[in-house]
Amino acid sequence: MCALKMSPAMPERPGYFGYDDSNVILELRLLRKEFHVHRGRTIVKAVDGVSFQLHRGEILGLVGESGCGKTTTGKLIMKLIEPSSGAIIVDGEDRTRLPREREIEYRRHVQMIFQDPYASMNPHFKVKDVLEEPLLIHKIGRTRSERMDMVAEVMEKVKMSPASEYMDRHPHMLSGGQRQRIATARTLILKPQIIVADEPVSMIDLSTRAEILHLMKSIQREMELSFLYITHDISTARFFTDRIAVMYLGRIVEIGSQDEVIDHPIHPYTKALIAAVCEPVPGRVGIERELQVKGEIPSAAAIPAGCRFHPRCPFAAKECAELPEPELEDIGGGHLHACRRWKEI
Amino acid sequence: MSDNTASSAALPVLTVRDLKLHYFTSKGVVRALDGLSFDLLPGETIGLVGESGCGKTTTGVALLNMPSPPGRIVEGSIRIDGTEIVGLGDHELRRKVRWSKISMVFQGAMNCLTPVYTIRKLMRETYAEHFVGERIDAAAIEELMRKYVTLVGLPEHVLGRYPHELSGGMKQRVVIAMALFLEPKVIVMDEPTTALDVIVQAQILNLIKRLKRELKLSYIFITHDLATEAEVADRILVMYAGKMAELGSNEEIFGPVGSRHGPLHPYTQKLLASTPLLRKKVSELAFIPGAPPDLIDPPAGCRFAPRCSFAKEKCRSVEPPVAEIENRHMVACWKAMEDPEYVRA
Repeated sequence: MCALKMSPAMPERPGYFGYDDSNVILELRLLRKEFHVHRGRTIVKAVDGVSFQLHRGEILGLVGESGCGKTTTGKLIMKLIEPSSGAIIVDGEDRTRLPREREIEYRRHVQMIFQDPYASMNPHFKVKDVLEEPLLIHKIGRTRSERMDMVAEVMEKVKMSPASEYMDRHPHMLSGGQRQRIATARTLILKPQIIVADEPVSMIDLSTRAEILHLMKSIQREMELSFLYITHDISTARFFTDRIAVMYLGRIVEIGSQDEVIDHPIHPYTKALIAAVCEPVPGRVGIERELQVKGEIPSAAAIPAGCRFHPRCPFAAKECAELPEPELEDIGGGHLHACRRWKEI
Repeated sequence: MSDNTASSAALPVLTVRDLKLHYFTSKGVVRALDGLSFDLLPGETIGLVGESGCGKTTTGVALLNMPSPPGRIVEGSIRIDGTEIVGLGDHELRRKVRWSKISMVFQGAMNCLTPVYTIRKLMRETYAEHFVGERIDAAAIEELMRKYVTLVGLPEHVLGRYPHELSGGMKQRVVIAMALFLEPKVIVMDEPTTALDVIVQAQILNLIKRLKRELKLSYIFITHDLATEAEVADRILVMYAGKMAELGSNEEIFGPVGSRHGPLHPYTQKLLASTPLLRKKVSELAFIPGAPPDLIDPPAGCRFAPRCSFAKEKCRSVEPPVAEIENRHMVACWKAMEDPEYVRA
């Protein structure tokens, strides 16, 4: 990627990252996105100061409930929408604001897999057209046959073989799992560095879900891709990711290795999220779960003052409502959380 | 089951025998439900699980005798509380069966509430719909509505609200209240928690458990998620391609694989192995290769045979009957029936 001047408004990096920068491929710094609705009378803070780093060759899970801003974060990274403030840094270069022609080049390196494999492909296109289109847009391959070789190659990679059998099919002739393989192939054909996958398996049947996750993970490892996995399903995140970031109402409240976050959660919200998950084990019929958290996620148009989780938190004290919002704090080993009272609870 | 001995002796509240519901489409007859038999005891929950298209929802609507066109119940019997409902006319079903004997929480119903009606009007309409031509005592209905709204954990003023003013969890509670309030014996719940966030999901599951205990309800609980069934279902009926693969108690289905007291059908075992676990780290998740068969022209023999790693010649030619292996533990699999090594392993 070519060098670009840093924008003057780029915020300082928060002081809690203790990593070697050379290993960071994507960094978000205090990224914000506000939507003005009701003719500007209401401001929805969908993403409200998100900072994290994605390392080279890792899978980072972005986990949270609907409305927490995880999909908006994904769209911001894809530059499908403009951030209100903050910075997106790829490979050490500020990519927050790009002119239109640079955006196209940017997306060659940062690709997205969408949630709905039924809606993300042109129904009139054959599989080979779906896969050729990114090559045409980015002017890769001189002749059609050269491009078709690339298409066949990438189809083998996602285990759609023999490629010749599937190339001439239309999307409606494929199962959900096969479509999501083609969607994956469509991102891989450009040899990107970063893939943002927004709920890539939530619409796929249980029996094939694991197969798709396996495939994505083995390709990610093989091609050393950096992967942002956006999901509401913390159970698949445990299986699929290296690190997990838990998002609540526009902010990250906890981040760390998947083992640390799930086996030793610190933030009360992470704890509540884990406590709510069902598991296929006997002896639990009819027993009501003890839920530590009250009510439902509030609107992003009315984010509570202080710690934004305090109205739902069973451990909230006076300070949680009155003091300013707690920042992420490192407790070692890259495990960070944003709870002021974590030692007492 | 909490009171196993007491309810085993009781008469079933719902008896289904050899039920067949076919869809008569332009492409041919889709055998969506092809011979299902089971009993539901008072106060019991049977969980229906399987992949999409296996006939779970079809079973649900068949139990209310309201197949969507071009579907028709072609054979079989459904007795609810002693009344045979197959063959009854629409008017009779509406007056005497639906909602007063058996009701259903439809998948996604919470998003289908008429937006211009208040909750009060919606509930009153449900009442009027099932008591056509009878005098309606407004005060009595109001009292009934208040009772059920309170019972599902909502404040009474919700009756005056419009659907868009309520959160997803609250709307789902309204839908459950509407299913309850003509006091049926049996309630069919079709994916009642699927569209909700994890924490809200757990809250609704707690409600469903509490209502079952307090009102002594019997449920048919439909979901694709085995982990949810583990929390609510006394017995689990695993469906595959319109037929029963296995019916066992919660302890059996979620019991040790390879024992007589564990899951017996290879399909059940594979489904369990492909369910991601949150609290246990697994490096490999199983998946089931291939896809469910076309129900217009299902394969001869066992319908799961093309995807089954144990399949032998017999499985591909002769369809296995549903056999009782242990006390009330039914399975339709030649291997489970005939291979003594298989269950002893």
